[in-house]
Amino acid sequence: MNHIHPTAARYRSLLAPLALSLGLAACASPGGHPQDPLEPMNRATFRFNDTVDTYALRPVAQVYAEAPLPVRTGVANFFGNIRDVWTGVNNVLQGKPLDGVSDFGRVLVNSTIGMLGVFDVATDMGLEKHDEDLGQTLAVWGVGDGPYLVLPFLGPSTVRDSVALIGDWSADPVGYVEDIPTRNSLRALRIVNARAGLLGADEAANQAALDKYEYFRSFYLQYRRNQVYDGQPPRIKDPDDEAGLDDAPETPSAALKLDAQPLAASVAPVENPQ
Amino acid sequence: MMTKTLFPRVSRLCAALVLSAGMSMSVLADTQAPDALVKSVTDDVVTIVRQDKAIQSGDTRKAVELVETRVLPNFDFAHMTRLAVGKDWKQATPEQKTALTQEFKTLLVRTYSNALTQYKNQQIDYKPFKGKPEDTDVVVRTEVRQPGAKPVQLDYALERQGDAWKVYDVMVAGVSLVTNYRETFAQEVRNGGIDGLLKSLRDKNKQLESQVAAKK
Repeated sequence: MNHIHPTAARYRSLLAPLALSLGLAACASPGGHPQDPLEPMNRATFRFNDTVDTYALRPVAQVYAEAPLPVRTGVANFFGNIRDVWTGVNNVLQGKPLDGVSDFGRVLVNSTIGMLGVFDVATDMGLEKHDEDLGQTLAVWGVGDGPYLVLPFLGPSTVRDSVALIGDWSADPVGYVEDIPTRNSLRALRIVNARAGLLGADEAANQAALDKYEYFRSFYLQYRRNQVYDGQPPRIKDPDDEAGLDDAPETPSAALKLDAQPLAASVAPVENPQ
Repeated sequence: MMTKTLFPRVSRLCAALVLSAGMSMSVLADTQAPDALVKSVTDDVVTIVRQDKAIQSGDTRKAVELVETRVLPNFDFAHMTRLAVGKDWKQATPEQKTALTQEFKTLLVRTYSNALTQYKNQQIDYKPFKGKPEDTDVVVRTEVRQPGAKPVQLDYALERQGDAWKVYDVMVAGVSLVTNYRETFAQEVRNGGIDGLLKSLRDKNKQLESQVAAKK
């Protein structure tokens, strides 16, 4: 199986120039991560973000997490409902019109019966919530990640996802709220709500990581790949993972591992100039 | 686990024979299927945590104890470590391999146990299992649901070893907790060889140990 999404081939020729330029920028520096040529800059931004998080965002999120659960669920649902519109658009753009229709159905149900999205009635009705954005759509169209990029305040991203973010933002209904204080409050609430959802996970990552920067980089790249494949990425069987290197019994299934490909291939840009 | 004797080739052959015999027998003996195994272990652990006030209030040592008795027997840490170390694994001596496995196991167990102490009232959903009876390498998919938060995908990769299934990778939101270490491990080996990596792992474990001690 190829690691490129099935729909990708159709769009590849259209986007080849963009993909190529992203790929060129991803030329490896010796010793470093092939997808992180900007590592020194990224590390600096990462440290900055970490400081902002430690002293500002995380404490606020911790206070917010004390709010009653129904309140937090309502807030999460409200913003989730707003997002479902864009999720639907992206599902259509990715060649999944049925998923898109289901997303628009969700918005219809949740905005009405669900009291402006505060209650996620649609999920109970069996309309599954999806998770799409423009970065994933570009990936489906064949655009590679490009170099890893840590954005100030926003955190881990890639060149492709950063460009896509501009589209995501311009499609964000909150950005079109006329009243500036309301708009800013909504944005702040959304950020705090999202951050509160990561409390606990951040602690686990801190404990697990030997190098937090590398841990988050690897996490982000794998996480995005999983999203692009809607939670079912083709499995990567590692060529270095040979049975018999230790006392583990031989697996007789080596021939069955059709998805064999080096780990690097899954994260490398689609168009590799080398 | 099969042991190697003075005649590796013969023993390898014997092992293969025993293994295949064991496998065909275990089919008859109705081994626990991988999805059933994941479900029974998860259900057991969740039931215990739900009743254990000490674990809920952050007693990491008790959580570690639970993980060691209930979860660990179903994991193949040698395989996990091999995966995390990647191509450098070949240059490690048998002693280094054992030591790396031990340290990596300690690190993973501690992290996982700490996550358990944060358990509130999550619910685990089991996705339909798509494996075939003849498969020897499968993924069991689950989802952790929590009110007010996005469901988190939690998948287990299992490998058949004789008549038992062993977990060799855990994926949270599609991220392998094992291969997530690979770049860091490779960097450590580049900087200080296998011993450098071992030292870093030992230092990390000591640091976590002292944090647990300080909490008490």
